[in-house]
Amino acid sequence: MTQAPVQQLDQIFVMLKHWLVGYVPAAAQPVVSSLLSVVAILALFPALFAFTTVLERKGLGRMQNRYGPNRVGPFGLLQPLADGIKSLTKEDVVPRTADKAVHFMAPLLLVAASFLAYAVLPVGRNMAAVNLDAGVLYFFAVGAVAELAVFMAGWSSHNKYSLLGAMRAIAQMISYEVPLILSSLAVIMAAGSLSTVEIAGRQAGYSGIWPHWYVLTPWGLAGFLLFMIAATAETNRSPFDLPEGESEIIAGYYTEYSGFKFALFFLGEYLGMFAISGLGITLFLGGWSAPFSFLTWIPSWIWFFAKLLALIAVFIWMRGTLPRLRMDQLMNFAWKFMLPMALLVMVSAGVWRFLPHGVLRWIVCFVMIAVPYVLLGRGLLQGKKIGKRTYRFAE
Amino acid sequence: MLGEGIVKGLAETARNFLGSFVDEERLTTVEYPEERLPQAEAARNFPFLIYDGDDAEKGLRCVACQICEKECPPRCIHIEKSKDKKPDYVGKQQFYPAVFDIDVSVCMSCQICVEVCPFEAIRMDTQFELSTDDRFGGLLWTKAELAKTNEYYHSIHPTEAGETDARLDEEKAKVAAKAKPAEAEMQAKA
Repeated sequence: MTQAPVQQLDQIFVMLKHWLVGYVPAAAQPVVSSLLSVVAILALFPALFAFTTVLERKGLGRMQNRYGPNRVGPFGLLQPLADGIKSLTKEDVVPRTADKAVHFMAPLLLVAASFLAYAVLPVGRNMAAVNLDAGVLYFFAVGAVAELAVFMAGWSSHNKYSLLGAMRAIAQMISYEVPLILSSLAVIMAAGSLSTVEIAGRQAGYSGIWPHWYVLTPWGLAGFLLFMIAATAETNRSPFDLPEGESEIIAGYYTEYSGFKFALFFLGEYLGMFAISGLGITLFLGGWSAPFSFLTWIPSWIWFFAKLLALIAVFIWMRGTLPRLRMDQLMNFAWKFMLPMALLVMVSAGVWRFLPHGVLRWIVCFVMIAVPYVLLGRGLLQGKKIGKRTYRFAE
Repeated sequence: MLGEGIVKGLAETARNFLGSFVDEERLTTVEYPEERLPQAEAARNFPFLIYDGDDAEKGLRCVACQICEKECPPRCIHIEKSKDKKPDYVGKQQFYPAVFDIDVSVCMSCQICVEVCPFEAIRMDTQFELSTDDRFGGLLWTKAELAKTNEYYHSIHPTEAGETDARLDEEKAKVAAKAKPAEAEMQAKA
């Protein structure tokens, strides 16, 4: 008896869309159906972006024992509104020597590419805009357009700092794309599908109270951590924010942007962060499924957004904690640590698949990842003095 | 092991984050318009003119000697000397400033006017919220706006005001002591 209203609540947006689509002629229905999905994405995620900016500033403030913004509206929650008005009223400066067309296109392309990625994200049961058979592949392909936009911005600005930032961004994004894709490959192997809807669906079952999330396996946990580290680098978030390192190269590739174009870059960056967190949730954290079997009565879309907010909180926490890396450290980390670990995770996922269920495969897979982790860590730290820094001339 | 430092750092920021909700002492921010820190006694921002008694016109200590006008580095003081005279605090006939203007936007709070004033007539105020939407008239302070009582001076700089008063009293006593023999002579002559 209680199952029916629960299911209705779970599918409320799906039913709403069907109801709305029912009012148009059958020929127009597919178009209207996709338009409705697009409108929902266009409305929801920028709102989440606005909310996240204020959340981030308040969270960072608290980590530094400050209040953060608390002047505009209750608890400063209307701060994004004030920021939006500010960026709209600012002068839009385009450098005289800039390639005007490309300079104009870059922020638009970045935002458009970031929005495209949401098409394949299942934000709830039956709630993906499109169910592509190659959904994960599509996601990464669209994600690569963001790199193009970044380089367009840096190149067209005709400014040395912009170009430096763009070059750093390209080097970083391409380097980290490798472990990002390799770590998600493990999940694709385990699920046997490239469709995000299928992958999320595979993880929705339960053994006892425990869900079948891939993160709850040794290779899944390692893969998830690698994925999130690579995702941080991919979205240019601290501690991998070298492309915009303000203390070194002003603002990197968007040095020459002001006003609303600057805000668009900001929007694109956050949308990219949400999208890649969403993919991380879909691949490793069971997508829209509840963490325990007795919590399945809570609608699936609530679970997806709860997980998304939790990952955003982790991103903010990381930003509040870690200082920016140096370029060589960044590259060493990508190629000497992330890449071998991602390959191992892949092999480990294969071993997990073919070993019989039981304690043995837990031990084997755990050792397969833990031992190289320790050894690689030692190798990376070898010959490096870690501790209080000593200065030759200062002090 | 690799990653140890990151975990330690994350624990530290988490402690700060949670602690800032529990322990108000951690938050060092003073939310300015609502909350204010007490000002230091030596705080100074903009000069004002002291007057004794209740009448700003009569009790103004300034004698329009124009030393401050000449010494002011950014030249923000404008004084016009009066034609007639009025008695000062010891009863001597002195000029007084018919016009005494200071431009807030030009003053650089250097306190040189205070240091050169031989009549203890100009002192630094602690008031700092001087902004106005009238950028010309609103920032040019006239004699009426500049004049403040000696009691006000005592309330913002008690130590300094006490010293000033002691000096003035000493001078008054000296004048009185000089005047006494003179008076006695006058009476004797009479």
